[in-house]
Amino acid sequence: MHKLWASTYKEFLLVTRDIGGLAVLFLMPLLLVIVITTIQDNSFKTIKETKLPILLVDMDKGKVSKDILKSLADSKLFQVDTAATDEEAKQQVLKGDYQLAIVIPKNLSTDLQIKINENVDGILSKFSDNEESIPEVKSQMMPKEVKLYFDPATQQSFKSSVRSNIDKMISKIETETIYTAFQEQLTDDPSEDIFETEKFITFTEIVPSKYKEALIPNSTQHNIPAWTLFAIFFIILPLAINMVKEKNQGTFVRLRTNPVSYATVLGGKTIVFLGVSLVQFTLMLAVGIFLFPLIGLPKLDVSGRLPLLFVVAFFAGLAAVGLGLLLGTVAKTQEQSAPFGATFVVILAAIGGVWVPVFAMPKFMQVLSNLSPMNWGLSAFYDVFLRNATFIEIIPEISLLLLFFVVTTLIAIIYNERKNAV
Amino acid sequence: MIQINELSKKYKGADDFSVRNLDLTIEQGEIFGLLGPNGAGKTTLISMLSSLLKPTSGNFTIDGLNYKDHKNQLKQLIGIVPQEYALYPSLSAYENLMYFGSMYGLKGQSLKDDVYMHLEEMGLLKFAHKKIHAFSGGMKRRINLISSILHKPKVLFLDEPTVGVDVQSKNVIMAHLKELNLSGTTIIYTSHHLNEAEQFCTRVGIIDHGSLICLGKPKDLIAQEENTEHLEEVFLAKTGKALRDHA
Repeated sequence: MHKLWASTYKEFLLVTRDIGGLAVLFLMPLLLVIVITTIQDNSFKTIKETKLPILLVDMDKGKVSKDILKSLADSKLFQVDTAATDEEAKQQVLKGDYQLAIVIPKNLSTDLQIKINENVDGILSKFSDNEESIPEVKSQMMPKEVKLYFDPATQQSFKSSVRSNIDKMISKIETETIYTAFQEQLTDDPSEDIFETEKFITFTEIVPSKYKEALIPNSTQHNIPAWTLFAIFFIILPLAINMVKEKNQGTFVRLRTNPVSYATVLGGKTIVFLGVSLVQFTLMLAVGIFLFPLIGLPKLDVSGRLPLLFVVAFFAGLAAVGLGLLLGTVAKTQEQSAPFGATFVVILAAIGGVWVPVFAMPKFMQVLSNLSPMNWGLSAFYDVFLRNATFIEIIPEISLLLLFFVVTTLIAIIYNERKNAV
Repeated sequence: MIQINELSKKYKGADDFSVRNLDLTIEQGEIFGLLGPNGAGKTTLISMLSSLLKPTSGNFTIDGLNYKDHKNQLKQLIGIVPQEYALYPSLSAYENLMYFGSMYGLKGQSLKDDVYMHLEEMGLLKFAHKKIHAFSGGMKRRINLISSILHKPKVLFLDEPTVGVDVQSKNVIMAHLKELNLSGTTIIYTSHHLNEAEQFCTRVGIIDHGSLICLGKPKDLIAQEENTEHLEEVFLAKTGKALRDHA
């Protein structure tokens, strides 16, 4: 026990004397979570609040194009500028001046009206007794095409979202035109209210919760757990570097000649780096609770969840330390440990669902994500943060994290014993 | 004190043995000089005796304890002063010594007192709380030595303990080692400073190509070899003048 305490104290001194290392350990994760949350929060605002400049080429000059223009203005998503020709719009989008251009084809309004009138006439004549009233010849109009030019740099998700919005807009105009056509056929009084055109089906967002007051997840509630976990796992870098340094300094060789077990040496490192990860976590929470509201970001709500959050952080920290101990044991140089460690953490984060939700991944990656300790940690954090889980409910995830620590540390000890067997 | 029987070491992938069927007995209280050209097998032999390397074959005991069965007890008996400094640069001399002392199970006031006593004897008391990275090579060598003797080992292995140090530091180190030896510590010492070995060692063994080729008191070896007045001449006569570069 005395040797473990001495090892812990030595590790504490080594960590606290490395000011640069401490800054990386504590400030970089904070910077990361602030930057990511600000970007993600602003992305939501971009969609909800700020207007995206787009180009409209109106070759129709009719009712439909006016309706489209009005709908675009009403949506408050876009700031609509106009271009004279299809080619001009295309060039401006290609240059990156606009992310999107909408080209409304010639005679869209008149052709749509003709098409709908023909359809309405056809339907009404079916209800009439006079068979002869069915028009014999229908106009042979080609379907109209509204062109959408996207900046090649535009992301697929944004394209899909815009396409879906424009599609909705055009469907609405078509529906209204159909209603109008029926109205004109069925009554002479245009002010007569025959059809109820208000939306019959609406949507309400409800977050399922065991409690009356459900927490609506915001960018902070999502980002703090994900990026805190990312930061906690980044501890494998300084830890592995610390161990490689010991090998290079010769202190590791000296320790091997001392009557102290490798497990005790690793124990000291585990205690200190676990402490570091908990301090990191505390700072992340403090930033979410106190700093975010000051800089206009949503506040992190931890009410009633703090003890469980620390339980998850503790076990996530253990898993990260275990990985660091293994990497530090196997690596011979900093050139091996640093790039491998950094890349490996990014891979674990990627397959763990830190960037892209697991459900949105391909099937194979979803299976693979079950092997990432970051996935277990993230699930546990989301369970506590967003699903109000109890301790019992997070036992499976924290058990996996503990098991990961035990297995990685055991492998490190066995590897060291085999490599240096005497 | 140390009984070595048929001890051999062949590294994985190596063509030849680094230490080959070596038999040697070192008595308690000796200062034994293990001499040899580069690559002769000195460091390999010391590494095996200090539990850092696993022998390929053979056996050895220290103070009657077999290395295979009493690994931890053996570690408590021995001290090793490695060629490199083997200290934490960002810790002070005091912190380094307290830590390495603790690894031998030493603790409390008696450890603190021992640390300060050794620092004083080595002329480093006023630098006790300075960080190692600010120390000169000679100062680091002295701390390196103290780190290995705090637990009063019965056997002390020294791998080139005075390499790269100034004359003053060397004198202090050698004086301290002699004192240790007088208090009963057996010393096994490797060095390329043959004059130093001649004066310091009670007995020397010259090792080459992994085998012991010469063993005895320095003055006896000089007397046995024709036309030699110093150990260095004996050494060259036994090992030849060809360069021993290896990579």
